[in-house]
Amino acid sequence: MMRTLLVRGMLAGLLAGVLATVFAYFFGEPSVNVAIGLEESAPAAHEGHEGHAGHAEGHAHGHGEEAVVSRDLQSTVGLFTGVAAYGLAVGGLFAIAFALVQGRVGTLRPRLTSALLAAGAFVVVVLVPFLKYPANPPAVGSSGTIGDRTALYFAFLALSVLCAIVAVIAGRMLADRLGAWPGGLLACGGYLVAVAVSAALLPVVDEVGDFPATTLWTFRTASLGTQVVLWATLGLAFGTLAERVLRERPPATAPEPAGQR
Amino acid sequence: MSQPTIAAPHPVQIRIPLREIVPWAIFAGILSLVVLFFVTTEAGAVELLSTGGLVHEFLHDGRHLLAFPCH
Repeated sequence: MMRTLLVRGMLAGLLAGVLATVFAYFFGEPSVNVAIGLEESAPAAHEGHEGHAGHAEGHAHGHGEEAVVSRDLQSTVGLFTGVAAYGLAVGGLFAIAFALVQGRVGTLRPRLTSALLAAGAFVVVVLVPFLKYPANPPAVGSSGTIGDRTALYFAFLALSVLCAIVAVIAGRMLADRLGAWPGGLLACGGYLVAVAVSAALLPVVDEVGDFPATTLWTFRTASLGTQVVLWATLGLAFGTLAERVLRERPPATAPEPAGQR
Repeated sequence: MSQPTIAAPHPVQIRIPLREIVPWAIFAGILSLVVLFFVTTEAGAVELLSTGGLVHEFLHDGRHLLAFPCH
């Protein structure tokens, strides 16, 4: 049962990755290209900023002709590889989360559980971290601080996931005492307060400088859109597939060992 | 395992036993985290393989558009 769900989760994740790549290619790539153009057309600033980083970590970052991977490859095969691999991995983890939640936290039918879980996971894993540390196009952010920015981003992401897990467990217990609706609302509210307080306490990253606001907006909405497409596809496709697995079992004569082995 | 056997229009309420989930969760969890590390972070803030930033360059656009700190 778990094996089947895992395989289907990864399949749904792959499909989600494909659709998200298509979205990212048409909506995201234009602003990435504009940003790379800006990065290259500012040689003085770029030189200084690369030189600074070059001394610090010997990291050469090139988008132009000297780049190791050409722009054409980056924006097609590279983009697809990255997004599809992300979808695959997230799909596997999603299947496990679904198996843990289904029948324990709620008793909705599988496709509804899947859709709600995907919506919740999107908020916890993508939206909340994004609101504090939004996506940056190339040319935004100095290479010197990449270590700090990565650490902050993942720390906040981990904190958000941790708060969500605590909220789900607490919400389940509250729902037993107060009823499903008040218990669920209290858990959601608790999660939001915890995350908002941590966001207010964590340091601010402000490195946008004089990057054009329109390009920044297009890039960030495209980036968020890519994730919306990915998680929506994952939740709906996995729900459809999981519903089929869980329905396939003969209801009355369900012999547990035979179904599992 | 006393599964309620209701002949309702709903699908059977299934709760997959924890001991069936855990081994798969560990296996898929570790594998996924390795994949996610390579997609999101390798050769950005940390570099495990000395590829001279090749991984970063190749996955550059995906990393930016999935909202991870890239460079």
